Amino acid sequence: MSISKESLLHAYRTMKTIREFEERVHAEIMNGQIPGFTHLYTGQEANAVGVCAHLDESDTIISTHRGHGHCIAKGADVSGMMKELFGSSEGLCKGKGGSMHVADIDKGILGANGIVAGGPPISVGSALAAKIRKNGKVAVSFSGDGSVNQGTCFEAMNMAVVLQVPAVFVIENNYYSEHTHIDYAVGCNDLKARTEAFGFPVFVADGADFFAVHEAAGKAIAHARAGNGPAGVFAEQGRYHGHFVGDPQAYRGEGELENLRENHDPLKVFRQHMATSGELSEGELDAIDAEVMAEIEQSVVDAKAAARPTPEQVTADVYIQYGATA
Amino acid sequence: MRTDPDVFLMGEDVSGGAGCDGEDDAFGGAFGQYKGLVKEFGRERIIDTPITESAFIGAAGGAAATGMRPIVDLMFVDFIGVCFDQIFNQMAKFRYMFGGKSRCPAVIRFSAGGGFSAAGQHSQAMYQVMTSFPGLKVVVPSNAYDAKGLLLSAIQDDDPVLFFEPKVLYQETAEVPDEMYTIPFGQANFVREGDDVTVVAFGQMVPKAAAAIDALAAEGISCDLIDPRTTSPLDEAAILESVRATGRLVVVDEAPPRCGLTADIAGLAADKAFSSLKGPIKQVCAPHSPTPFSPELEAAYIPNADKITAAIKATLA
Ligand SMILES: Cc1ncc(C[n+]2csc(CCOP(=O)(O)OP(=O)(O)O)c2C)c(N)n1
Ligand SMILES: [Mg+2]
Repeated sequence: MSISKESLLHAYRTMKTIREFEERVHAEIMNGQIPGFTHLYTGQEANAVGVCAHLDESDTIISTHRGHGHCIAKGADVSGMMKELFGSSEGLCKGKGGSMHVADIDKGILGANGIVAGGPPISVGSALAAKIRKNGKVAVSFSGDGSVNQGTCFEAMNMAVVLQVPAVFVIENNYYSEHTHIDYAVGCNDLKARTEAFGFPVFVADGADFFAVHEAAGKAIAHARAGNGPAGVFAEQGRYHGHFVGDPQAYRGEGELENLRENHDPLKVFRQHMATSGELSEGELDAIDAEVMAEIEQSVVDAKAAARPTPEQVTADVYIQYGATA
Repeated sequence: MRTDPDVFLMGEDVSGGAGCDGEDDAFGGAFGQYKGLVKEFGRERIIDTPITESAFIGAAGGAAATGMRPIVDLMFVDFIGVCFDQIFNQMAKFRYMFGGKSRCPAVIRFSAGGGFSAAGQHSQAMYQVMTSFPGLKVVVPSNAYDAKGLLLSAIQDDDPVLFFEPKVLYQETAEVPDEMYTIPFGQANFVREGDDVTVVAFGQMVPKAAAAIDALAAEGISCDLIDPRTTSPLDEAAILESVRATGRLVVVDEAPPRCGLTADIAGLAADKAFSSLKGPIKQVCAPHSPTPFSPELEAAYIPNADKITAAIKATLA
């Protein structure tokens, strides 16, 4: 599938935005500026961007605890995200959710999620709504190699097949669930086959390569959008940071991280493709880098200056309306 | 574990490093509670699981029903949602439904409560919910000394025990003897003794209540501070004895107010010590809302010493 120049520029910009957002968040956590538990997506950018390239605003995604990349790829307001992570009342979730619950509902983002495999059933519901309304929308759920062992994930996959809804299950294999390897936690040695056994096709991609993900996700999303029922994407990619910020990563093998950064960096891989095809010049890519750096810097400046929540906001937004109804 | 080969530990990353190229004892639980155990007991007895709570919590119930003494770790109690059935419908009821013919000596450990800006799905107390289920015993230690004694009691107990560890207290230190000792269930601890007001507090509220009470001494106000330590069974006698002596009651918990422990204890006193009461019972708890992320909001959400002080004074007004 050929990709327009505009889309290429957008894809690179989005991946770079995720990278710089995450690296800056990491630094701000180390500085004590961002509270709570935070899980970074660095190293996995190509997956979110390759999938979301096929979605428009009214398609939905649901994310995981490692949600920043998915949200940015689906078009979340980056400045609003940064404010949210800083706990500002001007954040996308008014400081109520933070990193693990960041969401931009208007952009079709049903949120990051603090419960492993909390997302797939919700995504099936979104897909069911699309099917009932016959509006051609798809619902994508991202989930990790660890989440696929959760009952909710199995149940969602089976139900999606039974109901033939346009749900797309994107399984991100970064080899680890927390500090445990997929080879231990997934009992069978072929996760693709296990997933396909539910009754839908799964397309495999190198998750560090935007173009590979773009192609696999394109097939899966087209399958679902055309009314053929659910589909899956299975992509491998490394996460550069620990499970959470502060994880000492004692479970890693020697040289593992260096290898990931050197040979499986989505940004480097993208640039290599461009150098070969000549579709985008180094200068164009460098210019994007500079713009993104400035945007992220500005988002942090804005987040630090943004309004702080006040105590009476604690009980706001628990309900739409509460108390006796007339 | 050294003295009873039937005891084993199971949960996600209680060791860490399974299937990995790096270190075997890579994690030791989300708060390092189990660090080093796999080195001593090996992976046969320190079992890392996939992320599959219904299966491993349920399996603990099954192993316990067939003679083992499993300890399972659910990391954050908020994850109880995905395995709730196995706890409240299965292990809680085995004994009763089978006519008293089975036992289920399982211990489930949870980190619980707020204080980490961990937002709505990683900050809940939940012990108040679990206290409502007959068949489960519920433990909420407020310090490391009690935690050890209560945990050893929990492991020896023949019923299913839910063991809630207020996670902000992991960083607090206390003098803890090396030797084995147990603290019986249903026996409250009088953390402070006084004459004017009875304060009952749970988990991480105990040190906050103690701070409030200590500061009030300067104003000539003295309080009993009761830490029930187990919410099921509950040491009703200790609470009622104190309320009958002081005539005033403040109950403090970090959970939201509805159907919670503060209302439970207030109801107990109103029912059984009404004629001793000299003023209104005060409940100090979180508002009826999920736990917010932002530190300012969370600070306003979780009860603090100021709110406890105000409640104590309100009972005296
Ligand atoms: C129900 C539930 N169980 C456990 C956890 C703790 N937890 C958070 S992330 C995680 C690992 C998830 O691994 P994976 O699905 O591979 O996603 P990754 O972190 O690799 O992106 C675990 C066990 C949780 N949040 N929810
Ligand atoms: Mg993973």
